Amino acid sequence: MMASSYNAKDEDGHITVTGPGGGAVLRSKKPENTAFKQQRLPAWQPILTAGTVLPAFFIIGLLFIPIGIGLFVTSNNIKEFEIDYTGADTSSPCFNCSQNFSWNSTSPCTCTVPFYLEQPYESNVYVYYGLSNFYQNHRRYVKSRDDSQLNGNLKSLREPSKECEPYAYHNNKPIAPCGAIANSMFNDTLELFYNDPNGTSVKILLGTTGIAWWTDKHVKFGNPGGVDSNLSAVFQGTTKPLNWRRPVYELDSDQSNNGFVNEDFIVWMRTAALPTFRKLYRIIGKSSQMVPTLPRGNYTLEVVYNYPVRSFEGRKRMILSTISWMGGKNPFLGIAYITVGSVCFFLGVVLLVIHHKCGNRNNGAEISN
Amino acid sequence: HERTPTRGRQKGPIRMRERDGRGRTFFFRGWGGGGGPMAGDTEDPTAGTDNAPKDPNRHHANNRIKTTKYTLLSFLPKNLFEQFHRFANVYFVFIALLNFVPVVNAFQPELALAPVVFILSVTAIKDLWEDYRRHRSDTEINHMDCLVYSRAEKRYVEKYWKEVRVGDFIRLRCNEILPADVLLLSSSDPDRLCHIETATLDGETNLKQRQVVRSFFDLDCDFDPLKYDSVIECEKPNNDLNRFRGYILHRSGSRDALYKDNLLLRGCTVRNTEEAVGIVIYAGHETKAMLNNNGPRYKRSKLERQMNVHVFWCVVILLVMCLFAAVGHWVWMFQYGDERPVFDVLGPEGTDLSPVMSAVYLFLTMIIVFQVLIPISLFVSIEIVKICQVFFIHQDLDLYDEETDSHLQCRALNITEDLGQMQYIFSDKTGTLTENKMVFRRCTVAGVEYSHDANARRLAMYQEMDSEEEDCPSRGGTLPRRDSVTSHQSARVVLRSHSTKSHRRTGSRAEAKRASILSKHTAFSSPMEKDVTPDPQLLDKVNECSSQMDFMRFHSQHVSQLPSDLADVLDFFIALTVCNTVVVSSPNQPRHKVRVRFELKSPVKTIEDFIKRFTPSRLTSGSNSSSSSSLATSRSSNRGCSSLLSSPSAESTLTKLREERAAAAPPCWDERPRGPEDGELRYEAESPDEAALVYAARAYKCSLVGRLPDQVAVELPHLGKLSFELLHTLCFDSTRKRMSVVVRHPLTDEITVYTKGADSAIMDLIKPPDTGRRQKKIVSRTQNYLNLYAADGLRTLCIAKKVLSKEQYACWLRRHLEAETAIQGREELLFDSALRLETNLQLLGATGIEDRLQDGVPETIASLRRAGLQIWVLTGDKQETAVNIAYACKLLDPEEEILTLNADSQEACASLLDESLHYIRAKFLCMYPSSSSSSASSSHSSSPPHGAPFLVHRLGLVIDGRTLAYALDRSLEDKFLMVARSCRSVLCCRSTPLQKSTVVKLVRNKLKVMTLAIGDGANDVSMIQVADVGVGISGQEGMQAVMASDFALPRFRYLEKLLLVHGHWCYSRLANMILYFFYKNAMFVALIFWFQFYCGFSGSAMIDQWYLIFFNLMFSAFPQLITGTLDKDVSAETLQRLPQLYVNGQNSEEYKPYMFWMNMIDAFYQSLVCFFIPYFAYADSDVDLFTWRDARHHPRLTHHPGTWMNWFSIFFSLSLFFFVSLCYNASCPSCFSPPSPYWSMQRLLGEPLFYLLCVLTPVAALLPRYAAPLPVCTPWCLPDVPPSHLFSASLQIFLPGVSGDAVPQPRPRGKAVGQTSGRDPQEPAGPRRGGGASVPAPHKAVPRRPRPDPGGRQPLRGGPHGEGHAASRQRRRRAPPPRGAAASSRQRLRAPRRGSGGVRAERVRLAHLHAAGVRRPARAAPRRRPPPRHVPRGLGGGAVAGRRPVTPPQSLSCDTRTPICTIVFIKNKSDFYCIFIKETKGTFTFQIFLRLRIFFLSQRFVSFLRHSTKVL
Repeated sequence: MMASSYNAKDEDGHITVTGPGGGAVLRSKKPENTAFKQQRLPAWQPILTAGTVLPAFFIIGLLFIPIGIGLFVTSNNIKEFEIDYTGADTSSPCFNCSQNFSWNSTSPCTCTVPFYLEQPYESNVYVYYGLSNFYQNHRRYVKSRDDSQLNGNLKSLREPSKECEPYAYHNNKPIAPCGAIANSMFNDTLELFYNDPNGTSVKILLGTTGIAWWTDKHVKFGNPGGVDSNLSAVFQGTTKPLNWRRPVYELDSDQSNNGFVNEDFIVWMRTAALPTFRKLYRIIGKSSQMVPTLPRGNYTLEVVYNYPVRSFEGRKRMILSTISWMGGKNPFLGIAYITVGSVCFFLGVVLLVIHHKCGNRNNGAEISN
Repeated sequence: HERTPTRGRQKGPIRMRERDGRGRTFFFRGWGGGGGPMAGDTEDPTAGTDNAPKDPNRHHANNRIKTTKYTLLSFLPKNLFEQFHRFANVYFVFIALLNFVPVVNAFQPELALAPVVFILSVTAIKDLWEDYRRHRSDTEINHMDCLVYSRAEKRYVEKYWKEVRVGDFIRLRCNEILPADVLLLSSSDPDRLCHIETATLDGETNLKQRQVVRSFFDLDCDFDPLKYDSVIECEKPNNDLNRFRGYILHRSGSRDALYKDNLLLRGCTVRNTEEAVGIVIYAGHETKAMLNNNGPRYKRSKLERQMNVHVFWCVVILLVMCLFAAVGHWVWMFQYGDERPVFDVLGPEGTDLSPVMSAVYLFLTMIIVFQVLIPISLFVSIEIVKICQVFFIHQDLDLYDEETDSHLQCRALNITEDLGQMQYIFSDKTGTLTENKMVFRRCTVAGVEYSHDANARRLAMYQEMDSEEEDCPSRGGTLPRRDSVTSHQSARVVLRSHSTKSHRRTGSRAEAKRASILSKHTAFSSPMEKDVTPDPQLLDKVNECSSQMDFMRFHSQHVSQLPSDLADVLDFFIALTVCNTVVVSSPNQPRHKVRVRFELKSPVKTIEDFIKRFTPSRLTSGSNSSSSSSLATSRSSNRGCSSLLSSPSAESTLTKLREERAAAAPPCWDERPRGPEDGELRYEAESPDEAALVYAARAYKCSLVGRLPDQVAVELPHLGKLSFELLHTLCFDSTRKRMSVVVRHPLTDEITVYTKGADSAIMDLIKPPDTGRRQKKIVSRTQNYLNLYAADGLRTLCIAKKVLSKEQYACWLRRHLEAETAIQGREELLFDSALRLETNLQLLGATGIEDRLQDGVPETIASLRRAGLQIWVLTGDKQETAVNIAYACKLLDPEEEILTLNADSQEACASLLDESLHYIRAKFLCMYPSSSSSSASSSHSSSPPHGAPFLVHRLGLVIDGRTLAYALDRSLEDKFLMVARSCRSVLCCRSTPLQKSTVVKLVRNKLKVMTLAIGDGANDVSMIQVADVGVGISGQEGMQAVMASDFALPRFRYLEKLLLVHGHWCYSRLANMILYFFYKNAMFVALIFWFQFYCGFSGSAMIDQWYLIFFNLMFSAFPQLITGTLDKDVSAETLQRLPQLYVNGQNSEEYKPYMFWMNMIDAFYQSLVCFFIPYFAYADSDVDLFTWRDARHHPRLTHHPGTWMNWFSIFFSLSLFFFVSLCYNASCPSCFSPPSPYWSMQRLLGEPLFYLLCVLTPVAALLPRYAAPLPVCTPWCLPDVPPSHLFSASLQIFLPGVSGDAVPQPRPRGKAVGQTSGRDPQEPAGPRRGGGASVPAPHKAVPRRPRPDPGGRQPLRGGPHGEGHAASRQRRRRAPPPRGAAASSRQRLRAPRRGSGGVRAERVRLAHLHAAGVRRPARAAPRRRPPPRHVPRGLGGGAVAGRRPVTPPQSLSCDTRTPICTIVFIKNKSDFYCIFIKETKGTFTFQIFLRLRIFFLSQRFVSFLRHSTKVL
């Protein structure tokens, strides 16, 4: 109370007195009459009446249904072929491989899966490998990596971050690349052969570049010691991840696709959001305008079966797909649009009927009664 | 002499002791010998001697004040400690710390700390800043200067306040502020007085007198601190401003008691006194001012309490979700058996976790991941929003009062939303409903009434005065600048008068403003109060009388030969003039007392002296016996109105008078102002009534021209100035309800007692009527007029006198002196002494003082009531006055019945309550046959019926203080509540402050309602503190109420906007904000929760941890803040026009438990949509973890989008999200590890799929929110309404009649049909009479006589009641009960007044009322007649304003002409609502579909309703 009273006096001290009768500027406590302070800012809020709700429903309906149809058609135009080569059942050609194989086996197991494409694939064809029941989004799994190491930091190369534990050191040597993600990298090799009607089997050229994001390859990932360094020298003193067959600097013969910037590796390191996922494996570039990229016919998928999924009942797939502007094949979005649009439209119609009947009958009649 | 203290005895110590009732006594020795506090020990020459005393006062607190909470060092720990008192903070810190546990860490631990640290530091910075401000103001105060006696230098030296110590002598000059609590030892004032202004303490602007300690009274020369040689013993510091006890022990062994009147309090300003010296008693934090200084109170609002429940539920949900996830994780782990899949990472040490352990850890992890469910920023946001709301309330122009240049103050920052939930209002009357401007209105003298018609016209003028008055030269402008502190103040006044000139709206405004400027200097002195127009008749009499007196005096005739009625007239005015404690000051120096002294001689001090001078022959030896005790000059306890017994003899006075008259310019009137301002003496009264009476007397030329403790100078016509020797003043106290002065009449030389007081108090003391026929007649007539005045709403005061013989006086005086000098129980003795004196009085007359209603009070009350608020008025005024004011302010309706409860004993009270209950039940039985009998018949009243909506009838309850005391007894309180709550308005008269607070407490606790107390005076403080929301009116009676309040208003009428508009807004904004917070967080968490099904319940989130943590703080808080601050669900205009909307808040419509759950469900649904649509869109695709966050912000659009600010904020928030994401995703490829989200946002934005999802998801998510109400709400059924009108259409559905009188009565036009409609006067009285008949006849409440119309028509609505009925009532009617010997168990009930056909008295009375042209029913109405705007008159008013009301299908019985259903459509510029009001059986429930923004009213439903009621 005391303090406040003196504060009041303090305020008085600000008053300047020019003379006994003279006027002076006095700070009145009167609040300013501004729209903001008087809370008179212009406001707008939607008023939902028949006049606004009905058109809204119709507009939504009329917009969504065509969009949905468009999406659906687009999605349907995308050609997609999927083949499961896990070898879970005995009839599968890869059954043997899947039964015998574990991370520790050294001899590669190869199996061949024939398939038939009913339609020719016109434009670029994207080859995916798909895994099911693989929880790449597991909390501890997701974090088990060292982005700094992957970026080419030499210090991190020697001393991986503790996030990589327990995949940071092996035999007191730092693991490069460290972490569980890298350790569990997909290492099947897929090769496609086109069986010509005349009997010859043509190996299809699979493009290994351009499958990772550009930013990942050029910014986020980098080899230690720069682009032109001798990778085996740089990675001297590190050890490969436990499950790997080869050290990281031998992933590819191409120097620009080797080490941490290997695109397969980069793609794998971008963890999937859902337990069933597909990752881009290769791109089959369109060779000429005249010939389809993949003509219809018989094909053979040759798999070097390295990756064990049986322990967690996983599935492995190979997917061939073309893409459109909206990405891969996904009829759901189109259906969803159509559904929502239809619901809106239907509601609009129902409400219109009610309005029509109700409004005609009652408008004002009861009120003025 | 300076060496005297060295004789082993301490000099001038101050002891404080506390009487705590257990006999403990604390002694504190203090050093009073002077000397600087610091120098006391070292420089004191006595210090070197052997037994040199140490500074005995060193134990007392010094005068440095420190109101800061923290020091530099203690800030951090202390502040953190305080912040952790809040449970939420502890919770969040716990969560953050949990992150540091390696096995559970979900986020980067440092990152997880960020929000908590942010929240804590924001609060800490706020606290720091506040503390710094306090520190600065402390320093400033501590470094103020004052004069302290230095023993070393033997003079007063300037020192800082902080250096003042207990025991120091301080010299105070005029206009200085007191640095500490000081005992006044000397004053330059010849009367040994010191005047102080206590405005800073209690806001009262009048001067208070303080008196020098008696032992130092006779010091002629200046006080010499060196000679001071006494010990002061006083009570320990306490915060009671009105109490100080102690004594001063002199060396001689004599002791002198010390009282409040001797103490000058810190913070007050010395006025009117050139110089004073005192000794510091309490310093620093021990001063009363500081002890009274308690910080702002923290209340927790109802909404917050509800919210906390839901926070708790959130915790439960959180735990359930975590548990679910943990179990899920266990199952997930379990299915893999022993073989660990490659993606199940081992622990950091390479150890393998068992599924159970893993699940336990996961539980903790999930708590962290889901922590967002408990909104961390909610608490901070609420605080910020509340501060913003307070800011806007402050800024509201409509709550700004130009007259006083004050606006609403919010003193409690955290209960703004409670304003929107009030259910009961408890109001003080005086000063709250009324202006507390007492205006003399009329009087009766010796049984003759002087109606003062001209005065009435004058008062009416003030009300109707219009805007011509432009430039009233400010009186303040002529004020000379005063030096020192006050110069600012006076300057301010001057300037204000100039600056506000341009803002004047009406003349009366300007008038009032000028008055308020004046009253800055003198309280209660606006022209309205001052310029009383005398009644010519009475003026003649006064003139005649005084001229006769003059004549007689010249001819040495005895004055008693004067005709008794004339003598009474003169005595009456003398009494008005003398019998008060008004201090006279001149206008030029508003704070300077006018000094009128006929002779300056040394005052008599002892009774011997007195006896010698004062008729020694007659005063018997009895008085000599008491002569040993020193003569007390400080009279009765609590006022500074002492009188000295200096006694110029009558003869000498007279001769002097003559001399003076001859001399024409008496030298002793030296300070008296001359010239045109001669009559413009200012009166500074402690109460407005006193001022009003003195001004009234002045109008009759009997003016008070000076007051000294021993003399009162009065100027009378023809007689000139007379000096009344003031022998005693028995001050007013609330128990006696009267005050008296004992004077020696200069003309008759008689010792006369003039008494003035409440009529109930005085009438009991009038001499028994058998003494004279004339007296008897006067008494009865006066009583009549008193009743009339009271009925008129005037405050009545009786004036009486008594002539004492010398013997009687001496006899009384002896005992009185004993009482005065008594140490123990002095107050009681003085009280008894006063009682002995005030007996056998002779009634002179009575006055009626008008206390005008404030502007807009009736309108405010009406609209508050329509807002569903119950208004109770608790007043200290007497019943009649209160009832009439209640009528005037429309609190009571003339057409509603009134239960009056006056009982004299507990049993009577109980039976009255029973009867009332019975009556209510009987009367309204047919309305609710079942519920009433069940609830009301529970006469054991152990369980008041909660829960069920209680029915409010058209009844008023009036109860007086005594009955209230009984009714508030434990055994009766339930019954009382039951009666009271069924009445529409309750009026408690004569209630004490304690009762006020008890009533509020009772209602609040028993009925579980939100209460608001509003008052302006100190007597309302307790009530204000008890209520949920306390509102103080910064009116005339000081600041105590404001200090105690949560909100301070300049006027009562602002309450309307404060509650209806701001309260509603604050409530709805905050409620929506809180709900939205819950919703948004629930949805967000649910998203993550769904994801757990797809990540093996591993606790990973598809959202980056940064977003997760800052979601609340950054991305989603801003729109909510804006909404919480600016949102308007309904415009202010609508809210004010349709107070019914307030019910929304009362019933907590915006925030109901089910809404929380609805929001939760909605959140879960929306999260499902938001999760699964993208899920299916991205299912089995190559999308990575972080691309998978998308439109989460859309659901925000669901809630009240308001101003462009809101839109902007939403846009801003969305763009902020994208912007931050883009920056974040682009900033660093390898930081923010482990999974760096580099460039994912950019990538995402490049995909068309994202945009497609962004469109689809919100539509799908929001569809049910809008579509769900559609089956019920069909907006297209709205009738075509003219948009220009507020009320576009309204429908009313009536209950069909049951009784026979089925002829539909055409409703009088303009009469509201709905809730506010009165009972139709034409209505047959059958049911009512039937109801009444069941009540025992004598004690029953009866309908009140209707008030006359403002137009002067006096409808004597006898009507169907007929003469017989009236006559039967008349038989029950009693004459006004003799107020005197109040029967010990009287049981007064208001007599019936309705149907007054045969009652003569009633007729006279009515006729009189009519003749007087009273504007009673709406005192403020003539001026503020509601303009013909389309005011909604209740709900039914909508019908009036809009279209034709629906004629009731049939007329109704059982007083239920109320429609059972009213539907109002409102169309406004920005609002468009349908309100569906169901009003069944007296209760009404509102279903206001503001929330959904979809307005429905199925016409089919309406017709169904109408139809069905017909069938019924």
